[in-house]
Amino acid sequence: MTIDSMDPEEVDAADILGSAIERREDPALITGDAEYTDDIQRPGMAHMAVARSQYGHADLEGVDTSAAEEMEGVVATYTHEDLHGEDTPEGGSFSLPTGWLLDSLEQVDHPILADGRVRYQGDAIAVVVAEDRYTARDAAEAVSVDYGRRDAVTDPREALDEGAPALHGEDNVAFDWELGDSDATDEAFESASHTVSIDVENQLLVPNAMEPRAAVADYSPGSGELEVFMTSQNPHLHRLLMSGVIGHPEHKLRIKAPEVGGGFGSKIHHYADEALAAWIAKDLERPVKWTATRTETYVTDAQGRGHRTEAELAMDDDGRITGLRVDTKANLGAYLSTFAPAVPTWLYGTLLSGQYDIPAIHCSVTGAFTNVPPVDAYRGAGRPEASFVVERLAHLGAREVDMDPAEFRRLNFVPADEFPYETQVAVVYDSGDYEKPLDKALEMVDYDSFRERQEQAREEGRYLGIGFSCYIEACGLAPSELAGQLGAQAGLWESSLVRFHPSGTVTAFCGTSGHGQGHATTYAQIVANELGIPYDDVEVVEGDTDEIPHGMGTYGSRSAAVGGSSLVKSSEKLVEKAKEIAAHQLEADPDDIEFEAGEFRLAGAPDRSLGIKEVAEQSYLAHDMPEEMEPGLEATSFYDPDNFVFPFGTHVAVVEVDPDSGEIEFEQYAAVDDVGNQINPKIVEGQIHGGIAQGIGQALYEGAEYDENAQLLTGSMQDYAVPKTYHIPEMETDSTVTESPHNPLGVKGVGEAGTIAAPQAVVNAVADALEPFGVEGIEMPLTAERVWEATNGRATTDGGSPPGEGDDEGGEKR
Amino acid sequence: MTDHEITLTVNGTDHELSVEPRTLLVHALRDELGYTGTNVGCETTTCGACTVHMDGEAVKSCTVLAVQADGERIETVEGLESGDDYHPIQEGFREEHGLQCGYCTPGMMMTATDLLRENPDPSREEIREGLEGNLCRCTGYQNIVNAVENAAAELDEPVADGGEVRWPGGEGE
Ligand code: FES
Ligand code: FES
Repeated sequence: MTIDSMDPEEVDAADILGSAIERREDPALITGDAEYTDDIQRPGMAHMAVARSQYGHADLEGVDTSAAEEMEGVVATYTHEDLHGEDTPEGGSFSLPTGWLLDSLEQVDHPILADGRVRYQGDAIAVVVAEDRYTARDAAEAVSVDYGRRDAVTDPREALDEGAPALHGEDNVAFDWELGDSDATDEAFESASHTVSIDVENQLLVPNAMEPRAAVADYSPGSGELEVFMTSQNPHLHRLLMSGVIGHPEHKLRIKAPEVGGGFGSKIHHYADEALAAWIAKDLERPVKWTATRTETYVTDAQGRGHRTEAELAMDDDGRITGLRVDTKANLGAYLSTFAPAVPTWLYGTLLSGQYDIPAIHCSVTGAFTNVPPVDAYRGAGRPEASFVVERLAHLGAREVDMDPAEFRRLNFVPADEFPYETQVAVVYDSGDYEKPLDKALEMVDYDSFRERQEQAREEGRYLGIGFSCYIEACGLAPSELAGQLGAQAGLWESSLVRFHPSGTVTAFCGTSGHGQGHATTYAQIVANELGIPYDDVEVVEGDTDEIPHGMGTYGSRSAAVGGSSLVKSSEKLVEKAKEIAAHQLEADPDDIEFEAGEFRLAGAPDRSLGIKEVAEQSYLAHDMPEEMEPGLEATSFYDPDNFVFPFGTHVAVVEVDPDSGEIEFEQYAAVDDVGNQINPKIVEGQIHGGIAQGIGQALYEGAEYDENAQLLTGSMQDYAVPKTYHIPEMETDSTVTESPHNPLGVKGVGEAGTIAAPQAVVNAVADALEPFGVEGIEMPLTAERVWEATNGRATTDGGSPPGEGDDEGGEKR
Repeated sequence: MTDHEITLTVNGTDHELSVEPRTLLVHALRDELGYTGTNVGCETTTCGACTVHMDGEAVKSCTVLAVQADGERIETVEGLESGDDYHPIQEGFREEHGLQCGYCTPGMMMTATDLLRENPDPSREEIREGLEGNLCRCTGYQNIVNAVENAAAELDEPVADGGEVRWPGGEGE
């Protein structure tokens, strides 16, 4: 179902919430007016470039910057020894902190310029500053480094083996973590009638936002203010972290995210480069710009996923799931990135119940340091990995008990009347109705006739397959108290300020920070609806720590559920105050005043009314206010939700696989998502599309691959297959609506749904197509070579065997 | 390095500038002349974010040296509008939600206008083929294909005032 967008002018004020209006951010973006970080110029601006490690693991035996310094146009060079905190009372750690702690976490030092040792290719060794971009890069190349090579390890399982080269201490264990009831799970497996297992990799991915990370820093010695424009998903968080790293007081540090060209998680974290640019701008008292090259983004942007997992599912005779056991070795890369410890633990283990009522679950995760860039949140962050495990097992489980895969899932769904539903992995699902999206999706792919078509095709030597993914997603991690118990070193509320101007227009400030999601549009829809004023009278401001009082940022599909709800709360507070002013001026009791469509009316006397804009004007004139009430009309809220919200849905891929060439072609891709109420269905559709594309990218094309020296073999867009136009099929999307009871908008979240859902829909479809060959699964990405190997009996990529010889225990093995 | 004096005609305006022999056209446009609408995603000819028209044809401006463009007519995203009116391709992207973060969009639109000039009525397949050199990480491409179709339909309509549709940098000018 394609959604047509509308001109906001043509939408009735009463219908603005929920309308698929065109985005107000687009005019600047389609004309070239939008300003991204690298577009910013400052008089006297110098350019920074970073000399990085060529090797994955080495001691630095000598770093010589003299050749760089002698180059014409070079302003300064810095190595670890040059970083000092004496300029500021706070000092400065010059090390990047971790924002999430676990009981067993091994905290390690992460200096912003390497201190005698490098642990991944791309680790920063020295910085040069020059008059222009090209000279800075040349000078960075002229930095000469003597390396004492060390052995490297990039796979989390191998990193945990005895004798593996250790990155920090004695071994590479970053943490051991578990969740669920291991005794109950053991029992479930002992009494199971059927079990299936997998041994899979969820490969490392490179986020590849189209805009590379960048920063422009400018320091005013007179005021002591340091202003940093940067590619950020969370300016306030970056301000707090950077303040500690470079020792600059938080109140004199301003972080602004101008237009940001995509993030997908990679612009949440605090990296060395932005901190270096900021500190150096201060040290040199001169504006400094740093923009990553694409090559640098490949070796420095936090990568995603990187799991090695063994998992098994227990079932009874009827095909009911009775237990799930999961053991994962998670790649954390060379250091602990900002939220890294949370991703393979609390954002992963808690989603392992999927859409199913599973009575016993146990999950253990060991985090491993390896010589790859730090691994952290990438679109979905933990939840795609969980959903992949659950839905691959569901595929194999159905096959094992000889049930239709859709009916197997339906049998095991948490029933619609059981919500709120408490899982065995520490979360309570807010609301759900899992059969609805499944039914809709089955209809979209005409499942009734599919099996027959599949049978016929097989007779003709063509291999069609259908793959299901009934996923669960969790957004807006909350409340803050819970986040704290789980180890977050931050609250996960959101804050906003809604301010009427005397002339009757409104500015809404929100602490989230959009970078393509269309917040300026959707937030204005929310606020216009709450205040009953025209959409065009609301301006939305995000992404600037000096303008927006507080904020936690945009990630984890939290903006609508937490930021949007905060805007509702602020608007409600504002209306409360306005109501008292209106009552005073109408000489009535506030309890007798009704507010609707922007008008305060005296109940029972409809001609006695005052519009909210008039009230706003009166509040600033302040000539006739209720006693002891302060002038002005604005309100701030800190919204801290009671719980996560849990979107869900069913994605179905229909593919044809050519066993001779190994090629996979999409016949259909159908997605039915339930993200709760939709503020702007066109934007929701766009988020789903983009998410699916990244999920298909993971399933079929993408993967960070390293050689034995931990050098990235897929370090460019030529070698790492970011999907192109013809790689992504036409997607058919539809939705169901199950409101979340936890927030005033009844919204859930949509930013990551597609990425969570898609990979296993595709892998299951291919496995279904190749069932006659005994293929149970193939490791992602499903390259033609891997598919060919699987179907031609050179089974290095699956546990299957040639047609006719089913393999009960099989799974995916390398 | 000796600098070279070159002339670029960008969106109809002549500019004289001096560049190093190695300066890329995209950096000359962005850093020297301030046409920052054209974005840089890779500098290695793979992403298409930097696509502009040179002498009427779409080129990736990170593969062209500024000195090679000496004397050429360059059209960038800033030149798509005529007066206050959006070009149909801009309208198409807006109406079809063909952009999210917008970073790939200028390059996409410049490639798409070139595509539509050569093939005014492309199939969805042909649109996908025509845009294969442009990467977008946000949209999943479907709405971009819709946007180009939308623009093609719009361009097919006779222009109301009898004037000609303006092709940036192309024959229609
Ligand atoms: S920047 Fe020119 S193709 Fe990517
Ligand atoms: S809209 Fe973000 S890269 Fe295309």
